[in-house]
Amino acid sequence: MSEVHNQVMWNRLISIVEEQALTLVRTAFSTSVREAGDLSAGVFDRDGRMVAQAVTGTPGHVNTMAAAVPHFINDIGPERIHPGDVYVTNDPWKGTGHLHDITVATPVFRGEELIGFFASTAHVVDVGGSGYGPDAREVYEEGLRIPILKWVERGELNQDLVTIVRQNVREADQVVGDIHGLAASNETGRRRLLAMLEEFDLSGLDYLSVFVFERTERATLDALTNVPNGVYRNDMQVDGYDATLTLAVTITVTDEGMHADFTGTSPTSAFGVNVPLTYAQAYFTYGMLVALAPELPNNFASLAPFTVSAPPGVILNAEHPDPVAVRHVIGHFVTDLCLGAIAQARPDRIPAEGAGALWNFQASARSASADDPKPPVELLMFNSGGTGARPRLDGLTATAFPSGVRTMSAEATEQVGPIIIWRKEIRPDSGGLGRQRGGLGQVIEVGPTDGYLFEFSAMFDRVENPARGRAGGEDGAAGAVYLDDGTPFASKGKQTVAADRRLIMELPGGGGFGDPAERDPDADANDRTQGYIT
Amino acid sequence: MNARIGADVGGTFTDIVIERADASLHSTKVLTTHDAPERGILDGISQVAAEAGVDLSEVKQVIHGTTLATNALIERRGARTALVTTAGFRDVIETRTESRFEQYDIDIVLPTPLIERKDRFTVTERLNARGETLVPFDEAEAQSVIATIAAGGYESVAVGFLHSYRNPVNEERFRTMLRAELADVAVSISSEVSPQMREYERFNTVCANAYVQPLMASYLVRLRDELAERGATAPLYLIHSGGGLMSVESAAAFPVRLVESGPAGGAIFAADLAHRYGRDRVLSYDMGGTTAKISLIEDFTPQTAKTFEVDRSARFKKGSGMPISIPVIDMIEIGAGGGSIASVDSLGQIRIGPRSAGSEPGPAAYDLGGTEATVTDANIVLGRLHPDTFGAPGIQLSPERADDAIHTAIAVPLAMDTHAGAIGIAEVVDENMANAARVHAVENGRDLAGYTLIAFGGGGPLHASRLLDKLGLDELIVPPDAGVGSAVGFLRAPFAYEAVRSFYTTTEEFDVDGANTVLDELAAEAMAFVREGTDAELVVERQVAMRYKGQGWEIPVRLSDAPFDGMAAELLAAEFTKAYQGFFGRAIDDLTIEAVSWSVRVASVTTPPVPVELQDGREPAPATRRDGRHVYDSVIDDWITATVVDRSELAELAVVSGPAIIVESQTTTIIGVHHVAAIQPDGSLRVTRRAS
Repeated sequence: MSEVHNQVMWNRLISIVEEQALTLVRTAFSTSVREAGDLSAGVFDRDGRMVAQAVTGTPGHVNTMAAAVPHFINDIGPERIHPGDVYVTNDPWKGTGHLHDITVATPVFRGEELIGFFASTAHVVDVGGSGYGPDAREVYEEGLRIPILKWVERGELNQDLVTIVRQNVREADQVVGDIHGLAASNETGRRRLLAMLEEFDLSGLDYLSVFVFERTERATLDALTNVPNGVYRNDMQVDGYDATLTLAVTITVTDEGMHADFTGTSPTSAFGVNVPLTYAQAYFTYGMLVALAPELPNNFASLAPFTVSAPPGVILNAEHPDPVAVRHVIGHFVTDLCLGAIAQARPDRIPAEGAGALWNFQASARSASADDPKPPVELLMFNSGGTGARPRLDGLTATAFPSGVRTMSAEATEQVGPIIIWRKEIRPDSGGLGRQRGGLGQVIEVGPTDGYLFEFSAMFDRVENPARGRAGGEDGAAGAVYLDDGTPFASKGKQTVAADRRLIMELPGGGGFGDPAERDPDADANDRTQGYIT
Repeated sequence: MNARIGADVGGTFTDIVIERADASLHSTKVLTTHDAPERGILDGISQVAAEAGVDLSEVKQVIHGTTLATNALIERRGARTALVTTAGFRDVIETRTESRFEQYDIDIVLPTPLIERKDRFTVTERLNARGETLVPFDEAEAQSVIATIAAGGYESVAVGFLHSYRNPVNEERFRTMLRAELADVAVSISSEVSPQMREYERFNTVCANAYVQPLMASYLVRLRDELAERGATAPLYLIHSGGGLMSVESAAAFPVRLVESGPAGGAIFAADLAHRYGRDRVLSYDMGGTTAKISLIEDFTPQTAKTFEVDRSARFKKGSGMPISIPVIDMIEIGAGGGSIASVDSLGQIRIGPRSAGSEPGPAAYDLGGTEATVTDANIVLGRLHPDTFGAPGIQLSPERADDAIHTAIAVPLAMDTHAGAIGIAEVVDENMANAARVHAVENGRDLAGYTLIAFGGGGPLHASRLLDKLGLDELIVPPDAGVGSAVGFLRAPFAYEAVRSFYTTTEEFDVDGANTVLDELAAEAMAFVREGTDAELVVERQVAMRYKGQGWEIPVRLSDAPFDGMAAELLAAEFTKAYQGFFGRAIDDLTIEAVSWSVRVASVTTPPVPVELQDGREPAPATRRDGRHVYDSVIDDWITATVVDRSELAELAVVSGPAIIVESQTTTIIGVHHVAAIQPDGSLRVTRRAS
């Protein structure tokens, strides 16, 4: 086959996994999947090595899902893998880091021969247990844990497993619907792959995966030469759940790859903010790829050079049965942590720190009066602060990084539940000053309506520890949370917003880059004209 | 005599078509005159009218489509515009969806909002999701915003308040106050321009309308007056994004509806051909200089959507543009045109576009100063385009320049010869288009098997044979006048208008009266627009977008003509379930179904086109150029001698067997080695697989 044919087939494979992902978005019930793109989809060779992955909104799945398929092969057992099978799990340590992510894998046979797998992951609305939040003390309390099992065997749905899932989650229809959706998206991929192999007259994925891996490995190692071999360290303070945490990393760069070691990081928390190492690895890898090799597609070969380690008992190496439900709150900071280490080698490339973790508004609306019972309504909004300024560009205002999620429309949110969003506006003066200014945060003001109150599980970071500037740039503004009558509101933990109160959230801004005195006077004047700086 | 004129103003060319009463077509392409587009139109019309022997007083209709509104948005050449919005929501159009459209670009630049923050003002007022007042409209504050607008020298004002799609009272009040003070300032309100839920999309749409409104209104009036001066007193109509005609008055008030009107004409062109050939599933493929546009046509009707993006900055990536929520012909547009530039990325992969060499400096082979390798250059190296038969006036193709460009940009970095580099460009651009077509089909819940491909635009017929293979299709039709297809499409469009509004109800507690009222009001609104242009018989199509409670993506469900009664919820649930199965293969039992958005389309009944009797063809066409041409064939992956045939000399019933190149002034059709083209009674080329 010619070079051009190989390139065309590679492109086709990527378009197949994009199609797989799209099917999932269209059928998903989970808000975080359909609105925010919290999903992943990929195709794997028969040894479980990922050949192509759809680009979606979740770096957290970058290699967590890639690592999952070998677990499927191992736990099911090669001799028990049959045509027509579909496998499922939500094991945080074999999947993507918490029980809410369900991963489904489907083997692909050409004739009698196993040639590969499709796998996809989605964040579902509920997994039972104590509900989504940091308050469980062990993973057992966080919900149903599905070991790697057959969801479908030789075309036959495993009704026992369906029943177990249905009886253990709050929104059974939606959760089972999403698992079916995952299986359907894999099936789309499987059919398209078989048609493609037919068209190009290939017997399986072996030929193409060799081409993809060789090409990617060479390009990845090339990209790594942008950072001189050596050892780079960084640490960072974040608020944590009940006490400030230190996140620490030592990155060792060699000709063969980059290794991140998280020794020096604070111990695990009693709350569900602990991060399985596989999830920390995902945000490390994402940070390195985005900074050094943005054009590389994700596959086994582009991920292989990025390895991690951490001593037992640190918060970035949660082990069973540590609670891990909201591992993203701390996990999202791993990208900025690792970028900060590499900034020493590439000061021209690496941005300042940003708001990092999302400020998700997750509340249960409950009737405010015992005399007037109303059905409870679950509310969810994703909100983002500012990103760090870049060496040549300002930070992004109210934009997610490293997460790739989208926010929801205020009108659509108010259509769904008893909430009024009174204000959602740029927060002036919140970006760290610098030659390049940090991205601005936003101010959000929300309150219950229609005789409801909010039970609220706060999980906001960077209230105590703002995003740091880089290269002489100033820090971004810290976040703040309070009620409209001035009552303080804790940035973490369960609290109530009364029927007649409003909650005000001031989201953190990104750090600045470079000496503020060097800022282009026109840019500064524009900031004042537009009211970004008052 | 009753002649009709179609005028399509594009980025590079203005296409003019005159249809005489005997249905014969005369056409020309003239360069677009960007400073005053009406000049190019008038010159083109004079030229074709003379050729066709038509006196302008005999013209009974002039139908116009233009990229002027789109370009004004892209190039930010609109009016000085203010946005007035609900207190607390000043920055909706700037914070967008709070996401990055490109996950792996650390130097990403997000689209700049159309209206800067300093030009955005707020008024205290607030409705809830049911349209009820939470905070009354603050008249005094509104008055002071109007004073600021007066002092600021704004030419146009966009008004977008929260939940105005449900209750327009405050937007209307502000407009009344503004008009009382500032009669000369144009004003657009979101509840009229796009009464759909989701503030980001609706506010953007009203901003876009306000931004281009003064420009478009004055242009349209100028065009109409100058046409009249030259004796063309016939009414002027505009083709809108949804593929229907609207009056100059409507277009001047809602110019955002003109965005992408040219490509909409292309889809109408394909739909008309589909009708004539009785093909109920068609893939319309329009390839020009900068982009390729692909749309689905089912039952002779182009698929439509309620929202699209204009000005996608990055590789036509979703999310990199401005969302506009108006009814449009749904198409996928990718950076794959003749002028698209080819390069090699860090992985050693050939990439095409999205940058285009356009008409200035043009592909390297144009020898007008361009040095980068383009798709056109590859087609020249591969023998598919040739200096002797390339139709564009004033351009002498230089194969040497094409060769050099591909050598430098592709062959050297990939250590291959120039031929291999050109093959690579052609294969990658064809694969990109095939992938776009597949993704578009999936997004619409369709499988392309059994579809007929209809190819037009300057580049479509060149690449269609290969696309047919890549998509596994069996039939390609290349109509006559393919090079000016959009302008011909204008002449086939009905008077039509689609009104859309958000209104929320569920199958569990179905609001019968509410739904009936919304549909009646939408029908009245659409009817009023259409009646401005025609007294003809009308058809009314009613539709609702539904989803399972908890989902975020809606599926359109067609409604019958009858008003809803007590059975409505049950009927709607059954219809939705059927549609859902069509998309995803499997419905879900016992879930509540939500109805989110309602639309009514009113269209004039057009006479069905005369069907074409398919002909197999009997007579092998004589080669018009004796020596044939050395050309690369993708299927056999080798060079071969192709017959060269002049399309104008092809007789009815003639057959052209591949490998062949059929040339005409505005495009070139490639017939692959395994394909055969049979000339049809209407002059179309029908390409199918050759019996082996």
